[in-house]
Amino acid sequence: MKFSDFICREAIRTNLEADDKKTVIRAMATSLLEAGKIQQKDYDSIVEAILKREELGSTGIGRGVAVPHTKHPSIEKLIGTVAISSGGVNFDSLDGEKVHLLFLLVSPPERPGDHLRALENISRQLRDDMFCRLLKQSKSPEEVWQLLEEADNNKFSP
Amino acid sequence: MQTSPVSRVVTIQNKQGLHARPAEMFVRTANQFESKIQLIRDERRVEARNMIDLLTLGATHGTRLTIEAEGPDAPAAVDALAKLVEEVFPQEDAEQD
Repeated sequence: MKFSDFICREAIRTNLEADDKKTVIRAMATSLLEAGKIQQKDYDSIVEAILKREELGSTGIGRGVAVPHTKHPSIEKLIGTVAISSGGVNFDSLDGEKVHLLFLLVSPPERPGDHLRALENISRQLRDDMFCRLLKQSKSPEEVWQLLEEADNNKFSP
Repeated sequence: MQTSPVSRVVTIQNKQGLHARPAEMFVRTANQFESKIQLIRDERRVEARNMIDLLTLGATHGTRLTIEAEGPDAPAAVDALAKLVEEVFPQEDAEQD
């Protein structure tokens, strides 16, 4: 699976200001709402489900990256977005590091394989130090999208 | 101290596969041991204490993985991790259904 298969280009944000998990997750869900990928009537329950998932264990996977996510019945096809925080977000990650790069995923309940393949793609690409660093330093959604496209074209991880 | 690696093949039995939450549990359990621990899928070999590495395996339901440990507590580590994969992970299916 490639980034372009699930990342919504219009929902990418590079100006996260909040440093707490809750506010940042809300902001990312709002970006999907504004991009028309989720509906207003589902917004609250999607945010709530993502936060509830975080209570089970942080999705901070290390290297300053988090993958907050949930399944939601209103979603027909896996959708995701990317956000960058230059200041860092407190995410209770396993390695104790603040999070600077977030991938938020919402998937249809009956497609666990798609979610897993998205996670596989994200983690495989992020093993490349250069890709990970360049993404975190991105100043505009266009820059992020360009890096994701380069990753999709195997410029980074083999 | 000279030790030889201990290994065991396990199968991912939960429907969701080795996603973020099981991967986190795997790292936490691996962290309780001193031994070097790796997880192997076919030719790919990753460190058991690295959540990003574990997720790169893309281990879906039915995937067979080898847990390999080398060190003073290797047998106990393999036991604990195999039990986690085959007994604890499948419990999430029951919780969700």
